Amino acid sequence: MSILNLLRIAFRALKRNKLRAFLTMLGVIIGVAAVIAMMAIGQGSKQSIQASLSSMGSNMITVMPQSNTPGSVRLAGSSIQTLKLEDIAAIKRLQSDNINGLSPVVSTSGQAIKGGNNWPTSITGISPDYLHIRQLVLLDGIMFSDNDVKKSAKVCLLGKTVIDNLFPDGSNPIGQIIRFKSIPFQVIGTLVPKGQSNFGQDQDDIILAPYTTVQNRITATNYLQSIYASAVSETASDAATQEITAAVRASHKLLPSQDDDFQVRTQAELISTISSTSSMLTVLLTAIAGISLLIGGIGIMNIMYVSVTERTREIGLRMSIGARGKDILMQFLIEAVMISITGGVLGVVLGVTSAYTISYFLHWPILISQSSIVISFVVCGVTGIFFGYYPAQKASRLDPIEALRYE
Amino acid sequence: MAKKILELHELKREFVMGDMTVRALKGLDFEINTGEFVTIMGSSGSGKTTLLNILGCLDKPSDGSYMLDGIDVKSLNRDELAGLRNRKIGFVFQAYNLLPRTSALENVELPLFYNKEVSAEERKERAIKALDAVKLSDRFDHTPSQLSGGQQQRVAIARALVNEPVMILADEATGNLDTRTSYEIMALMQELNAQGKTIVFVTHEPDIAAFSSRTIMLRDGKLQKDSINEKPRSAKEALASLPESDDY
Repeated sequence: MSILNLLRIAFRALKRNKLRAFLTMLGVIIGVAAVIAMMAIGQGSKQSIQASLSSMGSNMITVMPQSNTPGSVRLAGSSIQTLKLEDIAAIKRLQSDNINGLSPVVSTSGQAIKGGNNWPTSITGISPDYLHIRQLVLLDGIMFSDNDVKKSAKVCLLGKTVIDNLFPDGSNPIGQIIRFKSIPFQVIGTLVPKGQSNFGQDQDDIILAPYTTVQNRITATNYLQSIYASAVSETASDAATQEITAAVRASHKLLPSQDDDFQVRTQAELISTISSTSSMLTVLLTAIAGISLLIGGIGIMNIMYVSVTERTREIGLRMSIGARGKDILMQFLIEAVMISITGGVLGVVLGVTSAYTISYFLHWPILISQSSIVISFVVCGVTGIFFGYYPAQKASRLDPIEALRYE
Repeated sequence: MAKKILELHELKREFVMGDMTVRALKGLDFEINTGEFVTIMGSSGSGKTTLLNILGCLDKPSDGSYMLDGIDVKSLNRDELAGLRNRKIGFVFQAYNLLPRTSALENVELPLFYNKEVSAEERKERAIKALDAVKLSDRFDHTPSQLSGGQQQRVAIARALVNEPVMILADEATGNLDTRTSYEIMALMQELNAQGKTIVFVTHEPDIAAFSSRTIMLRDGKLQKDSINEKPRSAKEALASLPESDDY
């Protein structure tokens, strides 16, 4: 018997019991819709987290001081003064192909004042590479130069939050003088707003100035809070991390037996940590959805058993006019697969619709991957075959004599 | 010379039920030639049904041999038996066994679906021809529930004819019908027989047996009588002799 005829027979059998077929499908529909919607939400949030982390500079490498507990007294990282400008020089001397940006970071908080307006914020001392490392973009004006760094020039760049608070009338800050801790700074540039970070920090509440200016004129220190570097690519970030670690260790004259007195972190690590949390969530949600698909499959099996019993005489007749066991097996198997695949199609439609509805009303990010749709279809087909097989086999093994006389 | 369609030799069928062995057929010997119209009769428990199942290749003998159109049925497996049923035998059942909610035409086409050698066009063509042969040309699209009992049985006969079997095997085919309709069916059977079809008709009604050319009587799993009916009654005449408006 050809596939086309088998499909026709299965279709007609289902049409005969429309409501029953639909109710059986419902289990599969709900299961597939749940899988699609859950994966869309899970992957959507994963993608949006990744995108916002990348916007912070996905190849960023941070070197921070860390206590090496010299006398069993642990100190807070910020009060440790182990990172020096010599460390920067040591990294620079590497001339590594893996590193394409390097900047010291010194920051201190204080009050910024412009005329009658003031705003509590912090100033970050950096070198010009910082913009590239953090993927900050100039909105207006210019970046200070290496020469400004050399001269400890009193120039700065402002983020949007600072501008809004110091220039509430909306006047152009470029060229104006502001004061930070009573030191006057000329504003030479403004930054494109970045909004909140994933951790809820306002990334626009910043004042950037040459690190020499901050060190010499404000904090009067010679140590660094951290060193920011950027790797040329995400794949190069591991190699860059190793090179930086080695350079800083050498610069700190650490013996091989001694632990690092600093730590090097990459953004890639953070991304993978957060992504794995998010993937775990997706797996969990999908597993729950998968269970409902399993229940849908059991529903199919149940109905197929009923159907086989109901149509025992039909099976007997078909056998008596020449249907082989295989023909009967295929007939019922295709019926089961038809239920599950039709349920799968409706489930995909429902799942995609509900994912878009959720994103429309709740503004959650969603991502409907083709693979989740393909996987759902395959799983549906397999569900149909798996749960349809035993009832179909039961039908194919009926004795035609008994089946014909079945009441 | 008439060709042998059926050959039974020392045919036995035993059923094992727990410790007991029920001997349903205790050794049957007979032959049926092409073009014969044979009725198999017997009371309940005579082994009639068991014999029918074996003749229809739904069951196999425990002992002895059964040759259908030159093929030894005993040596075949399940799938081969199905193929044999498909090509050699046309079944007609007491309860018609038509597929519900399926048109007459598609019911008749059904056996051809299981015959790979028949194309879709040929299938339809042959089904139409078979329905013409049972005089139901105007009922192609009717479903069984829209047909009378006699019409349903005629659809079933068309279904038995469509595969051009060597033998039509009817199991109490008139059992559910009133006298007039029974006679109509028998008239059709006689007509088919006249066209050369071999018919084996299992019944318990002597009235029906009178229309056949040969009667085999079973009793207790054995052949009791095998008689040639020299002058079979014509079903057409019997039909004509029935009162015009009877209340059956």
